[in-house]
Amino acid sequence: MTDEVLIPKVGVVTDVRRDTPDVKTFRVVGTDGKKLFEHMPGQCAMVSIPGVGESMFSITSSPTNEDYMEFSIKKCGCVTEVIHSIEAGQQITVRGPYGRNFPVEGAFKGKDLLFIAGGIGLAPLRSVINYVRHFRKNYGKVIVVYGARSADDLVDIDEIKNEWSNEENFEVYLTIDRPQEGWNGHVGFVPSYVKEIGLDPNMTAVLCGPPIMIKFTLQGLLELGFNKTNVYTTLELRMKCGVGKCGRCNVGSKYVCKDGPVFRMDEIDELPDEY
Amino acid sequence: MLKIKVQDLNKLFDAISEKEPLYMPLEKAGEANYGLYKTGEKTALDVLKTVKSAKDLFFPQSETIVKFKTEGKNITVEDIREEVKPFVLFGVKACDFKAFEVLDKVFLADPVDTYYQAKRNACTVVTFACRRPEESCFCKVFGIDAANPVGDVTIWKDDENLYWRENTEKGSKLTESVRYLFAEGGEKDVQNQQEETRKIIEKLPFSSLDLSYFENTEMMDIFNRPEWQKLSEACLACGTCTFVCPTCQCFDIREFKASNDQIIRYRCWDSCMYSDFTQMSHGNNRTTQMQRYRQRFMHKLVYYPENNGGLFSCVGCGRCVNKCPQKLNIVKVVKTLGGKKDD
Amino acid sequence: MNKVEELIVKRARELLSSKEVDKVIGWKKGEFYFDPSPAVFTSEEELKDFVYNGFCGANLSKYLVQELKKGGKIAVFLKPCDTYSFNELVKEHRVDKNAVKVIAIECQGKLDIEKIKEKGVSAVTETEENGEEVIVSSLYGSAKFRKEEVLLEKCLTCKSKKFAVADETIVVNEMKETANDRFSGVEELERMSEEERFAFWKGELSKCIRCNACRNVCPACTCVKCVFDNNASGMATKAPADTFEEQMFHIIRAYHVAGRCTDCGECSRVCPQHIPLHLLNRKFIKDINRLYGDFQAGEADEGKNPLIEYTEKDADPTAAVNGEVRHA
Repeated sequence: MTDEVLIPKVGVVTDVRRDTPDVKTFRVVGTDGKKLFEHMPGQCAMVSIPGVGESMFSITSSPTNEDYMEFSIKKCGCVTEVIHSIEAGQQITVRGPYGRNFPVEGAFKGKDLLFIAGGIGLAPLRSVINYVRHFRKNYGKVIVVYGARSADDLVDIDEIKNEWSNEENFEVYLTIDRPQEGWNGHVGFVPSYVKEIGLDPNMTAVLCGPPIMIKFTLQGLLELGFNKTNVYTTLELRMKCGVGKCGRCNVGSKYVCKDGPVFRMDEIDELPDEY
Repeated sequence: MLKIKVQDLNKLFDAISEKEPLYMPLEKAGEANYGLYKTGEKTALDVLKTVKSAKDLFFPQSETIVKFKTEGKNITVEDIREEVKPFVLFGVKACDFKAFEVLDKVFLADPVDTYYQAKRNACTVVTFACRRPEESCFCKVFGIDAANPVGDVTIWKDDENLYWRENTEKGSKLTESVRYLFAEGGEKDVQNQQEETRKIIEKLPFSSLDLSYFENTEMMDIFNRPEWQKLSEACLACGTCTFVCPTCQCFDIREFKASNDQIIRYRCWDSCMYSDFTQMSHGNNRTTQMQRYRQRFMHKLVYYPENNGGLFSCVGCGRCVNKCPQKLNIVKVVKTLGGKKDD
Repeated sequence: MNKVEELIVKRARELLSSKEVDKVIGWKKGEFYFDPSPAVFTSEEELKDFVYNGFCGANLSKYLVQELKKGGKIAVFLKPCDTYSFNELVKEHRVDKNAVKVIAIECQGKLDIEKIKEKGVSAVTETEENGEEVIVSSLYGSAKFRKEEVLLEKCLTCKSKKFAVADETIVVNEMKETANDRFSGVEELERMSEEERFAFWKGELSKCIRCNACRNVCPACTCVKCVFDNNASGMATKAPADTFEEQMFHIIRAYHVAGRCTDCGECSRVCPQHIPLHLLNRKFIKDINRLYGDFQAGEADEGKNPLIEYTEKDADPTAAVNGEVRHA
């Protein structure tokens, strides 16, 4: 019988890492110990615990990682609450990869890249940032601006501090919303921080975070002279099938699951404000 | 062309159902819906519109998609798909048949939905020309000829005979198996009936419905029309229109524990009219009934055509016109928006 | 324009122009004579589409819940049976009666276009009411019906032509009470054997498509989040997984509205599969009358319904099961 996309594969969680009080990162392989499937940065997968439900998550690990996939998941609903309770060795189901990826082999090539993330919004960007690091010579300067509510809510902070910060031609700017003991870095919201940094408007920008952050950051970038055709984001809506059939993740005539989740800002401009 | 006397129709149904499962309009508890024919069943071939459309046969209201067995930390996936045995779908009106084309573009698009595809491939469709369309019908608007539907076999019926025309190889095979019940002839009767039906169709109040506004206007202009508010204000947020609609294809995927270690994951029809349709744990991108109402009609008249070469996701069957509890419907939407645009 | 409609529109115009109310809830004309929809009117200009005829069966009382949330003073036109729903909504604190002007209007029973079509008249182009007659023109010819042949189910056994509440009334002609006993359908079911009754409901309820129209139209169903929509309840469903589930939905709903259901009949009117849901509710009403004394939900906008109040006259619940026990 032919393959059916709605029938998932079984995956094994081999490692669970607590990133922040409400974000955990899960390392997943197939039952044969190998990576379940190949993907590109920005793509998503349907993860489920049978009996609880299926949800769409972006694949946090870079495709250049040949051994496993990772999902950074924030606890915020019925499914994620149960996912947070699982331990290493637990089997889950996974299907994917779904959606349009960041144009890492297209429009991003040879460009200076600016990544701006808020909170759990770093999850989908981590995949593309690590991909860019892997093929470093294909891209120009990289700037990462990352903010969270508090220092404790910064996802993957070890990787950021120990690896990203040491890259050549690679700048990392961190910020938290409110002052906190032990934090010597910048304090303030991402949109205003972005304006302070002094960015070259010819960079290609990628935004990911809460809708309100995206809205104000985009506004800031436009003021700095950025062009919407060089600004990308990734959207999240409720999904069930992941392949453009169940009919619920559309914004206008576009389905986030297959036409997105990655969209260019000028593409989003042509769509209804229902995301 | 072949024909059979109407009093011999039960013989025909019996003969078909002996060979393959036969699904056709049946009357159960006073209502006509598609069901599995068994000898002695009360058929409802003459009912113009079954309550639910024929889409049920390919895209059932609920169907199991996969089962899981859990044991400790381990999960086994059980593919429950079985080969679908050939079956006959009998009496499909031109509008419902056109709706299959609309559904095909969703379910058979890459990646193919194998549940739908298996049933679609296994089915021989016998379409049934309309003889007495009613005021809620507007299939003509979508280029459908209710007097001459296609499918594997087409039938016409008058007070004396049922006329039979095979159209495809599948249709020929079915014809062969019941050929002994038929006599030759009927071309003239069918032609006369078609002419009469088409005359009626011309006169139907909605046959002149003009869709050009939706073909020639930018998506965002239609989306932003202020009239959506008034159009939707009486909407009860029930799912009647979506569930009786032959082209509505949205579904939900849900699961339940059948026993301690077995989980059944199924899909079921869903409605964009429901408030939880787009509900996420951290928000909802459509919070008002106006937005949900607009989504349904934008999908049918704008979004779907944009993705499918101009094909509308409405076939003018008129079920929503008849069944909306508060008499809201797509015709009112088309007329309100499609008229002169507000300045 | 009929006389009642004329008076209604005139009154609506006065209320809007004098700003005595901010909006009026009534019915708006459709594509035909027989398909008016409920509508909110906020300007005199909009009133040109106002209609009140034999096909205005919809009960407007529940629309007050959503419209009042938007603020302003509202005038609503209620038929006798709708006034009971209004009182029940007031009693349950879903509607603030001080923000509403109830204009109680004449009703001579409402018509059912589907019944007309079932009588073989299709391609209806025009419908006309003429006293006790309904004249239907269609592309296939015209037909005449006596009104009682084509009344909505709920109007065939109208519980009362009395207004349970009215700030004003618009009545031109005398409204006659129907002679039909609204419990006769229930009695018919009671006479069946258990097996027959089970078969009856199984046949009816297995038609259910879970569209939720019955629930969403019901003025007694005003839960902010219905248990069947609440994923956390463990019983949220969108499709009948088997026939039992459909029975569960309808029976739980009937239980939930028991004692509060005014018998407005909207559930049966809107069911796309014509499931006689009112019979479930009427069985409860009949039993409540028998066990606790005659009670009509919505007759008043205060007080407790018998199921949430205890009196010494109440039938002994265990003895009640055998069916013979009556209210003292």
